[in-house]
Amino acid sequence: MRDEQLINQSSNKNNTSTTRIPTATTNNYNKMTSSKLLIGLLVTTVLMKCAAAVEFTFDLADNAEDCFHEEIKRNTSAYFEFQVSAGGQLDVDVVLKNPEGQVIYSLERATFDSHQFTAETTGVYTACFSNKFSAFSHKIVYVDFQVGEEAALPGVDEHATVLTQMETSSQAIHKALNDILDSQTHHRLREAQGRKRAEDLNQRVMIWSSLETGAIVFIGVLQILILRNFFTDRKPSQTHYGRL
Amino acid sequence: MRNQYICLALLLCAIQSACGLYFHISETERKCFIEEVPDETTVIVNYKVELYDPRSNGFMPSSPGIGMHVEVRDSDDKVILSRVYSSQGRISFTSHTPGEHVICMYSNSTAWFNGAQLRVHLDIQVGEHAIDYANVAQKEKLTELQLRIRQLLDQVEQITKEQNYQRYREERFRHTSESTNSRVLWWSLAQTIVLVCMGFWQMRHLKSFFEAKKLV
Repeated sequence: MRDEQLINQSSNKNNTSTTRIPTATTNNYNKMTSSKLLIGLLVTTVLMKCAAAVEFTFDLADNAEDCFHEEIKRNTSAYFEFQVSAGGQLDVDVVLKNPEGQVIYSLERATFDSHQFTAETTGVYTACFSNKFSAFSHKIVYVDFQVGEEAALPGVDEHATVLTQMETSSQAIHKALNDILDSQTHHRLREAQGRKRAEDLNQRVMIWSSLETGAIVFIGVLQILILRNFFTDRKPSQTHYGRL
Repeated sequence: MRNQYICLALLLCAIQSACGLYFHISETERKCFIEEVPDETTVIVNYKVELYDPRSNGFMPSSPGIGMHVEVRDSDDKVILSRVYSSQGRISFTSHTPGEHVICMYSNSTAWFNGAQLRVHLDIQVGEHAIDYANVAQKEKLTELQLRIRQLLDQVEQITKEQNYQRYREERFRHTSESTNSRVLWWSLAQTIVLVCMGFWQMRHLKSFFEAKKLV
């Protein structure tokens, strides 16, 4: 138990070396000049707020290419995930580029995939989704772009004291719940795929059956009309048909 | 000191929304995002728009002239929010019906700026991600552990909502499948009847026609 706590303490110290800056700034608040304070807060806000994840779903029009950019600091790990949930053959071309414009990850005609990478240089990373190959089907694409670690709770992780068992387990639960939420999202998207296909099928069955019924009636009437035509149109030469 | 605080707060806001994902759209373009959320879920959208500046070949950090029209539609295609915001804004809404919510953004510019590019910084947070725990801690005077438990509770609540929504969707899915099934069944029956009727009518009609023409 004691060992565990010690380990926790040391790992905690390592982890929080960056995030402890806010306490430092607030403690030395009075001693600092306003400009220093500004810079300090600027750094902390950048540190805290850039570690954000964004998830969204967008509609990729036919023949279009949509790009999203995100500035990533050096040595920050980033996680990129996408999934096509509707439209055409559920495929899309994906390209991930680093700030120099080099392709670091690309896939053609993919339905879903994920990619984890660590930024080698600070700069704007670009993710592009292309639907250029598709002339008339638009796609619904889900994107999850996580940069850096999840922002710590205010107050939590900022202190250097030993984590109690309660705190460690609550953190573990938090991680587990995050995983649950992620997998729920995944399932939701898969379900959306299936549901959209089923709704499509339903619609098609409906339209096709109505069309077919219409076609049968139309052809039936047409047959009669044509047959009648054979016998009525050529009245003067009706004698030809005498042999029939 | 108070002024400094205000300054800092403003700066904080500026940094907060300037960070994160961005994309480019032309001024007349419309960009939509879809958020599939359970009911009673809060969605927060932070955005900031920058106008392309041809002189410096970059983007102006603040463009006061530009406004963004934000429109939110729920799963029944009902408009639940439609407003013009300034170049930087924070929109929050709570869903009342589960399903796909479409958030559309387009600038209010007319032909005046036509063709210029806009850079839109966007951040969408859903459910418990949308909760600002720093604020909660301050307001309710919670300790770290209490705050963590609070977060766990929020997460569990979100999971419960999501599961309810999942059940609702499963029900919809099942209805669709059952409807397809019964449609296929009934239409095949109906089509057989139509075919038989058609054939019967054709024969009768032809027979009477031939009899009238004295061909038979």
